[in-house]
Amino acid sequence: MALVTLENVSKSYWRDSLEIPVLRNISFEINEGEFLGLMGPSGSGKTTLLNLIAGIDRPSSGRLSVTNTEINKLSESELAKWRSKNIGFVFQFYNLMPVLTAFENVELPLLLSKLDKKQRKEHVELALEVVGLKDRMGHYPKQLSGGQEQRVAIARAIVTDPTLLVADEPTGDLDKVSAEEILNLLERLNSEFKKTIVMVTHDPRAAERAHKSRHLDKGELS
Amino acid sequence: MKVLKLAIKNSFRHSLRTILTIIGISIAVMSFGFIRTVVTAWNAGVAASASNRMITSHSVSIIFTLPISYRDQLLKVPGVSGVSYGNWFGGVYKDPNDFKNFFPRIAIDPESFFSLYPEFILPEDQLAAFKKDRNACIVGQKLATEHGFKIGDIITVEGDIYPGTWDFVVRGIYKGRDATVDETQMLFQWKYLDEKVGQTQPGRTGQAGWYVLNVQNASDLATVAKTVDDMYANSRASTKTQTEKAWQQSFVSMSSAILTSLTVMSYVIIGIILLVLTNTIVMATRERIREYAVLKTLGFSGRHIIALIGGESMLIAVAGGAFGLLLTFPATGGFAKAFPTWFPIVVVEPLTIALAVASAIVAGIVAALFPSMRILRMKIVDGLRTIG
Repeated sequence: MALVTLENVSKSYWRDSLEIPVLRNISFEINEGEFLGLMGPSGSGKTTLLNLIAGIDRPSSGRLSVTNTEINKLSESELAKWRSKNIGFVFQFYNLMPVLTAFENVELPLLLSKLDKKQRKEHVELALEVVGLKDRMGHYPKQLSGGQEQRVAIARAIVTDPTLLVADEPTGDLDKVSAEEILNLLERLNSEFKKTIVMVTHDPRAAERAHKSRHLDKGELS
Repeated sequence: MKVLKLAIKNSFRHSLRTILTIIGISIAVMSFGFIRTVVTAWNAGVAASASNRMITSHSVSIIFTLPISYRDQLLKVPGVSGVSYGNWFGGVYKDPNDFKNFFPRIAIDPESFFSLYPEFILPEDQLAAFKKDRNACIVGQKLATEHGFKIGDIITVEGDIYPGTWDFVVRGIYKGRDATVDETQMLFQWKYLDEKVGQTQPGRTGQAGWYVLNVQNASDLATVAKTVDDMYANSRASTKTQTEKAWQQSFVSMSSAILTSLTVMSYVIIGIILLVLTNTIVMATRERIREYAVLKTLGFSGRHIIALIGGESMLIAVAGGAFGLLLTFPATGGFAKAFPTWFPIVVVEPLTIALAVASAIVAGIVAALFPSMRILRMKIVDGLRTIG
């Protein structure tokens, strides 16, 4: 069953009066439970495509449906609410709040839910246990290694139990060992917890872990 | 609540910058409160004026006197229920270069003064002693404390308007009914002044500097003023009769340029508070653009972003405002101590406190406006691309 459907999706940016096309007539589907790797050289449009799927950017034309919702028809506030319920993000540079502990960082998305403090604590502890960092939940980002920070970021992404997990170069800023750990974790989330994952990478070893790969070149799927 | 916690934590990410901003706001709020209090102190005489008292003085200038014979005539004016009179004595007490030695020395009529000025509280026995001795004087509590005057002490003043060496015996220490009453004056018997002047300058006797009229009904004030001034319109000493408030105001208006400058300065300070805080919040927000983009990605709404930025701004503004207000009291206290007789009533008014608090709050809101709007308008993808 298709969780994500793109039909003739195009995206252009405008620089003054100059139109810069980034994606051209992209059409494909991502099924539920899939682990998809999006590959391509720099500037090919893979991050833009990921942003469109995640609902943090809007296509210039075409139809985009994620979790049976035509997200390009949602208002900004509806889209924000939709993202908080359906999407988990993993960024290349982790993007943790430096003033919050690992626990508080993971708890952030739950502040938008109706869970009470006790329930939030249970969810956060479970997410940190999944990523193997329950013993570091009182630590601040600067007290963690890069690999650990990324695992906290993954815990933050999965704590709301989202339908779709999107990862933009999740191993791009990590050493080989840490990158392996993160890829193992993503694989486990897909196989054990049945999470649908879309991962942008230009690292072939990372792409190998995905069940399926799509290649983008100059804004077109090849 | 958690967002507020994040705002608090954000506030102290650059603790030195935040502390310096708080200090900057504190100094600005203190200066605002201080200047307003000084302006208020300058106007204290106007504020403390009674609505039922009128002053009749020479129409040309206060330096010209009026015949004492006017007293009985004024008493007969319809609407006037009491008349008193006084003379500015001036003089030099000890070292004239020491500010504290300048205090008002006024000749009054003890028989009529206290019924017209019920706000001056003097014990009965001291009033009787004051009336009894010709060279007796009474001093305000603040003046007595400042100079250590006690009953029985002799105050020697070198006369300037009325030359000679003048000895006054302290026979009473008056207190004000409330904080608005000037307790820094020295009052002595008009008869002592008249008699002693008569010994050396007979031509200057029988003169009052001004008359104080008690008018019971406010509706009679205009009529009384016109009647009195018409009575003496063609005499050698024509008069100008006005309410006590207007009379006090005429002294204050001599310094109107200074007061206006001070008032303008106090409002400029509010602008400074705003600039200091806005600068800090804009810098802090610019450094965290990427974090706000992440928060928006996670689903945090515009309301949350405003609470985060506004919360941080308000926290710094209110901390600075509160600290500044706390500093205002010792600052104005020091000023009052330095110029006890020039500014006898230095009170930080509730309105000044309210304005200082309101200024800090408004600065907190306004400083957060522009950065909040910027973050709200920012596209998430642009924010995530920012290297902060």
